[in-house]
Amino acid sequence: MDLSIYFNLPLWLRLAIQGAAVIAVLFPIAAACSMAERKISAWIQGRPGPNRTVPPFLAGIPIIVPILQNLGLFQLAADGGKFVFKEDPIPGHVNKLYFVLAPILSMIPALTTISVVPFGAYFDKAGELVPIILANVDVGLLAVFAVASLGVYAIILAGWASNSKYPFLGAVRASAQLISYELSMTLSVLPVFLWVNVPGGMGTLSLFDVVQSQSQPGLWGGMWYVFLMPVSAFVFLVALFAETNRLPFDMAECEADLVGGFHTEYGAFKWSLFFVAEYCHMIVGSAVFVLLFLGGWNPLPWIPLSMVSDWLSLGDNPVLLGALATLIFIGKVLFFIFFFMWVRWTLPRFRYDQVMKIGWQKLLPLSIGNLVVYAVVIALLERF
Amino acid sequence: MAPLLFYLLSALVLGTALLVVTSKNAVNSAMFFLISLLGTAGLFVLLDAFLLAAVLVLVYAGAVVALFLFIIMLLGMKGGERQPLSNSAVLASVVAAAILAIGVLSFVKHGQIAASVPDASAPAAGAVLKFYSAQLFTTYLLPVQVVGFLLLIAMLGVIVLSKRFEDMEKSK
Repeated sequence: MDLSIYFNLPLWLRLAIQGAAVIAVLFPIAAACSMAERKISAWIQGRPGPNRTVPPFLAGIPIIVPILQNLGLFQLAADGGKFVFKEDPIPGHVNKLYFVLAPILSMIPALTTISVVPFGAYFDKAGELVPIILANVDVGLLAVFAVASLGVYAIILAGWASNSKYPFLGAVRASAQLISYELSMTLSVLPVFLWVNVPGGMGTLSLFDVVQSQSQPGLWGGMWYVFLMPVSAFVFLVALFAETNRLPFDMAECEADLVGGFHTEYGAFKWSLFFVAEYCHMIVGSAVFVLLFLGGWNPLPWIPLSMVSDWLSLGDNPVLLGALATLIFIGKVLFFIFFFMWVRWTLPRFRYDQVMKIGWQKLLPLSIGNLVVYAVVIALLERF
Repeated sequence: MAPLLFYLLSALVLGTALLVVTSKNAVNSAMFFLISLLGTAGLFVLLDAFLLAAVLVLVYAGAVVALFLFIIMLLGMKGGERQPLSNSAVLASVVAAAILAIGVLSFVKHGQIAASVPDASAPAAGAVLKFYSAQLFTTYLLPVQVVGFLLLIAMLGVIVLSKRFEDMEKSK
């Protein structure tokens, strides 16, 4: 395959194409998650889910169309069309500027964070593993946290600009929740980086290096961090549910007591932007969890990608190996999105006071204790 | 490219910083402050201090301004409108800005920065995590401790001021 045409393009054009390609994959997956959510909820509740919609001009075709119909794909297309074409009213009592700005602000961090998340790797000509990533920055995880923390403004501004009581309450609750759980989330990943940054290194927060340190040979080198640091993984996962506003931490919406929470006054396309942004956050959050604790693109614990490429002799074929690594990674991420939905349709929602109690009195002490224990153990291991 | 970006970002930071003070709506002020902080993070990136940029966005833009907005909302300002600045506040801020400007100017004119800079090939202290943390734990250990202690005192002060202790004493 001759790729020289592509590599002869100017750098900015290539970067623009890469960025657009990543968004072109992320955005449809996020949209398709809404249908997956409906199908999985139906499956968990023992009902068929959306399986009726079909365009009339396709209704007669056998086999393929009924399968797509049963999967609800036409329903997904109809929903998407509805969001774009239906009337998009702006209520008279809102602050127009922030009302329109909020859904846009919700999309920006959701789509930006993916740029520092590696989603695959391949061997270059020199035999070095190279990550497939938009921007390989050294502060990787910190950049994800920093940009993702800006997502709280979409919720605050949407609730405030709506200028009515339920959205306001939803926004206050949700922003309190987001700020509270950010602490435990950040503290829970520190042991991972204490372990990754061996003495003598330059110090790194790069997600690629975390995966690299889970792909070493030997019992300890090939171990995924979910086995090595189960408490960290657990705290991170719980905080991730809270940060993405998923049940059982659905303080942003609280359908049962707050109508629709911060986006009660929104409809049509603006509402769907909030919706897609939530799924984008879920995808990026799952991706970060997979990289930190589940070995990234390594297929199984103790079986790194390099071993697979030796078996299949793909070492000199970067395109195929990169595609395989990306597929393994996306498979793990999709499993995590299924897990998000599984939990959502299994557990009831916490009350607001329970959310605060779990965040400040349970998770935060747990993550601090976890950090202290690992810091002491790692210091002792280095000494002896 | 870099000088142009520097001027653009500086103009953005200064312009939005001015708007923070002058805008009549408290929510607008907070949002301008947010943009100003993001511009400052951009300036850090121009200096290769990626870690500082990320931390600035994470702590200030992500949490502190969010808390500001939170408080503005909880105070229930009608539409976020706030009182115009009083004359004494304007006077005080002009004096404070003048003192700061004099301080910065004297530092730029007479400060001996050139002597302490190591050779240009070494990476900036904010660029590499190891150098940054080494500086925190060696050269700047005392300032870090002092600032931490100051924050602790501020936190205790807030607790004492906001919590009502009268009922507790009575129950004894």
